[in-house]
Amino acid sequence: MTRLAASLPDALRKLHPRHQLHNPVMFVVWLGSLLATGYAVADPGVFPILVTAWLWLTVLFANLAEAVAEGRGRARAESLRRTRKDTMARRLAADGTETLVPGAELRVGDRVVVEAGQVIPGDGDVVEGVAAVDESAITGESAPVVRESGGDLSSVTGGTTVLSDRIVVRISTAPGESFVDRMIALVEGASRQRTPNEIALTILLSTLTVIFLLAVLALRPMAAYSGAAQPVVVLVALLVCLIPTTISALLSAIGIAGMDRLVRRNVLAGSGRAVEAAGDVSTLLLDKTGTITFGNRRATELIPVDGTPLPVLTEAARLASLADGTPEGRSVLELCGGPVEPAEPHEFVPFTARTRMSGIDLGDRRIRKGAASGFPVTAETRLVVDEISAAGGTPLVVAENDTVLGVIRLSDVVKPAMRERFAELRRMGIRTVMVTGDNPLTAKAIAAESGVDDYLAEATPEDKLTLIRSEQEGGRLVAMTGDGTNDAPALARSDVGVAMNSGTAAAKEAGNMVDLDSDPTKLIEIVEIGKQLLITRGALTTFSIANDLAKYFAILPAMFAGILPQLDRLNVMNLATPRSAILSAVIFNALVIVALVPLALRGVRYRPASASALLRRNLLVYGLGGVATPFAGIWLIDLLVRLIPGIG
Amino acid sequence: MTGLLQVGLLVVALAAAYKPLGDHMASVYTSTGHWRVERAIYRVVRVDPGSEQRWTTYAAGVLGFSFAGIVLLYLIQRVQPLLPFGFGRGAVEPGIAFNTAISFVTNTNWQSYVPEAVMGHSVQMLGLTTQNFVSAAVGMSVAVALVRGFARTGGDRLGNFWVDLTRGVIRILLPIAAVSAVVLIAGGVVQSLAAGVDVTNPDGSSSTIPLAPAASQEAIKELGTNGGGIFNANSAHPFENPNAFTNLVELFLLLVIPVSLTRTFGVLVGDRRQGRVLLGVMTAIFAAVLTVTWLAEANAGGTAATAAGAAMEGKEQRFGIAGSALFSIATTGTSTGAVNSMHDSFSGLGGGAQLLNMMFGEVAPGGVGSGLYGMLVLAVVAMFVSGLLVGRTPEYLGKKLGRREVTCAAVAILAMPTVLLLGTGIALTMPAELDRALNNSGPHGLSEVLYAYTSASNNNGSAFAGLTVTSPWFQSSLGLCMLLGRLVPILAVLCLAGSLVAQPKVPRTAGTLPTTGPLFASMLGGTVVLVAALTFIPALALGPIAEALA
Repeated sequence: MTRLAASLPDALRKLHPRHQLHNPVMFVVWLGSLLATGYAVADPGVFPILVTAWLWLTVLFANLAEAVAEGRGRARAESLRRTRKDTMARRLAADGTETLVPGAELRVGDRVVVEAGQVIPGDGDVVEGVAAVDESAITGESAPVVRESGGDLSSVTGGTTVLSDRIVVRISTAPGESFVDRMIALVEGASRQRTPNEIALTILLSTLTVIFLLAVLALRPMAAYSGAAQPVVVLVALLVCLIPTTISALLSAIGIAGMDRLVRRNVLAGSGRAVEAAGDVSTLLLDKTGTITFGNRRATELIPVDGTPLPVLTEAARLASLADGTPEGRSVLELCGGPVEPAEPHEFVPFTARTRMSGIDLGDRRIRKGAASGFPVTAETRLVVDEISAAGGTPLVVAENDTVLGVIRLSDVVKPAMRERFAELRRMGIRTVMVTGDNPLTAKAIAAESGVDDYLAEATPEDKLTLIRSEQEGGRLVAMTGDGTNDAPALARSDVGVAMNSGTAAAKEAGNMVDLDSDPTKLIEIVEIGKQLLITRGALTTFSIANDLAKYFAILPAMFAGILPQLDRLNVMNLATPRSAILSAVIFNALVIVALVPLALRGVRYRPASASALLRRNLLVYGLGGVATPFAGIWLIDLLVRLIPGIG
Repeated sequence: MTGLLQVGLLVVALAAAYKPLGDHMASVYTSTGHWRVERAIYRVVRVDPGSEQRWTTYAAGVLGFSFAGIVLLYLIQRVQPLLPFGFGRGAVEPGIAFNTAISFVTNTNWQSYVPEAVMGHSVQMLGLTTQNFVSAAVGMSVAVALVRGFARTGGDRLGNFWVDLTRGVIRILLPIAAVSAVVLIAGGVVQSLAAGVDVTNPDGSSSTIPLAPAASQEAIKELGTNGGGIFNANSAHPFENPNAFTNLVELFLLLVIPVSLTRTFGVLVGDRRQGRVLLGVMTAIFAAVLTVTWLAEANAGGTAATAAGAAMEGKEQRFGIAGSALFSIATTGTSTGAVNSMHDSFSGLGGGAQLLNMMFGEVAPGGVGSGLYGMLVLAVVAMFVSGLLVGRTPEYLGKKLGRREVTCAAVAILAMPTVLLLGTGIALTMPAELDRALNNSGPHGLSEVLYAYTSASNNNGSAFAGLTVTSPWFQSSLGLCMLLGRLVPILAVLCLAGSLVAQPKVPRTAGTLPTTGPLFASMLGGTVVLVAALTFIPALALGPIAEALA
């Protein structure tokens, strides 16, 4: 409610005809209100004045819906913009001298020095050095990330802070043109271009408006012929009630809110078009690591060798991993019953690159864990180690005093519930393809375990590009995530390319979305947001058109029952008087816009299901609901309106 | 009971023809060979039958052919005195000639003249019958071009209009019309080149009963969903439609191509179920409208109806309630202007049902070709909204429905209501015209004006009657309605086809909305009904609904 009040000034500003022209349907309402005002002034009365007032309110409510959506977007933009505060940049000349310039004056290709404690002045790539960077201003994630020159971790975002060391950054985007800047403009609604689908829908809605305009225009002489000439105010009221005002009033709010939902999930989209395309995606390319499996391998099995009993191996593996802070080490502890420090005196042996093992010394027991190459292995151990490698896993050998006790199998672990997720996608008609650098055997095993539809093993960037091309030639829309520079061509080629924020600037430029959390699973959510956007439009269109039936039943008998008494039988809502009937319909038409603002902003609930099931459900809710609601609504409003003197 | 028997026989006959005729038409429009007579025609008109056209060229062909046809038909009527078999009927007066030329070229066959008094056999056979053939073939060509838009992938070619037109006439219309003309003659329809027979009436006076080559024109009149009678009383005239058997043959002829075209469509897009579902929707609408009309007529009140035992005013004894109701719904549903009863005399509800049947855009099952493309345009709109409701960029038959497709569909749908409502609205603001033209006042008078513009704008051609339409205003405004109501949708449909044909096909996935099941059928049927209802409820309320509720 407070948000509505806060948006009121904006809504009033939007009454300007220049703004109204953007929306043909609401422009007709605007013109109609103007016309009605003229007639109400010329021939004042309770009825014409009230109808005219509610016609203007219809326009105002539409403006309000848009203003509220923009207001929310603006709040989001404000928080994004805070990262854009002006910083001074230390620009590096070719001869190595530094000049201090405002960040806004940087050009693409400039090289700037950033040291610990300083803010990176613009988007770019690290070309020299390595540093820990605090990116919480953009991502909200407080843990610092490492950025270094070369490789796929070279990209930095303007507004983030260097915590350690010194890096040289080559600026890759001119100030004001970065992804964040574009996104700010999009969520504010300022540079929001209408998407192809929105334009097509506007054409359909305009067509309906023209049809109703003709129907009402032709009704004037027909009414006159029948001996029941209608006042202009009444004809305008009928027209406004019939044209699809509900969806037209909420159309831009739906679009802005869709972008907003994306930003709230920390995804920046370069255009609304990309969000819409996401709803159409029929093939998802998913990186194995981090998306389908956990980023790190986990211990999944202990295999004793040379007659060692399993409990002995388990205990040894646990002890050897106590000092191992890596995710792999922690997973061994999880498998072996948790970290319990031994009571006797002990000394941890940390991992070194030279020995390639870690462990613990308990008196004269030297328990070690490490790569097989560091231990004297028996034939049986060698067999087990080879088998694990062949299956795509990583073997870790556990030994006590140079006697190998057994092998720990580290393997990819598919994230929980992925199988259900993929089944869900399949029901939505989306094919999932796992992309991995693993050998085909491993890839097949993981594909089978995760329930993914297909896989691309030993994938090179070229393979990815070829796959995307062949899918697109079959008419499919492809979505993918990527972070490396060598992903850039594939990202650019795919219909929805989501670049990880941790990735290179090249990848971010090539894709049409950036995920600030660098979470590859988010692709699935993006698809759902795209679908939700379209469904919300469709649902409100259906609702809007279905409403017309009741309005005919309210207004037509009111217009003509005087001269053709038999038409009063159509007054099924038992509305009190012709005036109360017409006024109630106009009021309902205006109020329904306000009532549906929350739905437009939130979006229609989307549950993955087959197309038929979705259509059946939405037709039932918004089609039948759209037919029934106004009968109840107009009847209720009439109960109040009939109390107004001069109306009832 | 005999009524149900007629419906049953009709359904059986149509079902028997569905597969062979549908498949035949599909092969006509896809075969690469040319008949010798066709080659001769192509040589004469200098058309390369091997070349295919873009939508613009195809449309230019349709437009050029139609305008040339109008000019030619106008001239033929104006030079009637120079032609044989004129029986001194003189040059057709310019207003009538203009209206009639447009009327027959646009497959409307609205008749603002008394045929046996105005048109001689030469004008009938050279002018009107020719257009009965070619205007029907034009409609089928446009429908086939649209189907190719859905069926083909990539490229920009929609086929060759001249080839489609020629084949439609030679391989489909002529053979069926020839056979059915013989059947009709056998059934008792008149076929004569004589002016008439002189008879002595029972009271001793003598008069001439006009004759005409009726059977040959009757066949194509129904087969091409034209409907222009060679006699003023049209299919109510005993020389055109002498008995229940010929009535059934005529019903079969006017329905058989529109119905079978759905099969052709299914074959051409490679999925016959797609055609069956369209036929299902057409049938459901047809059945609903027929039931309403039939019940309304069977149960009509009023002193005359009660005395006669049924609402027989304006109906022929030999057809009865059922034969008349069936014929009126089959003709208003197919853009056939034929009548075997006076629609003006139907009850308020019955007349309203006929009006509404046309206002649906004549898609149940519609005119030859125009019914199919009309239904496909509505399917585009239905699938656009459905696509949004399931969260995907809308598509139909693997083609995406974007800005251009929706615009074309919108224009195609808008044309008819625009000219219909503007025409009716303007006519009603001209009291002097109404005074001269109307024989009824009140809601029924409104229904009569509304019916005239509905019939013209939908290229139906049937008349409610009761309205005199020979004044310059009615001749020219109705002529304009027929012209725009025909050509604007055709241009929009061809533009749509051009846009569709260039698209690659989107593969079917689990996320694709199936367009063969009952869900799609109800969505499509709902769209047909909703679009018409929302547009025309105010007009219908003041005319037929007010009459029916009175």
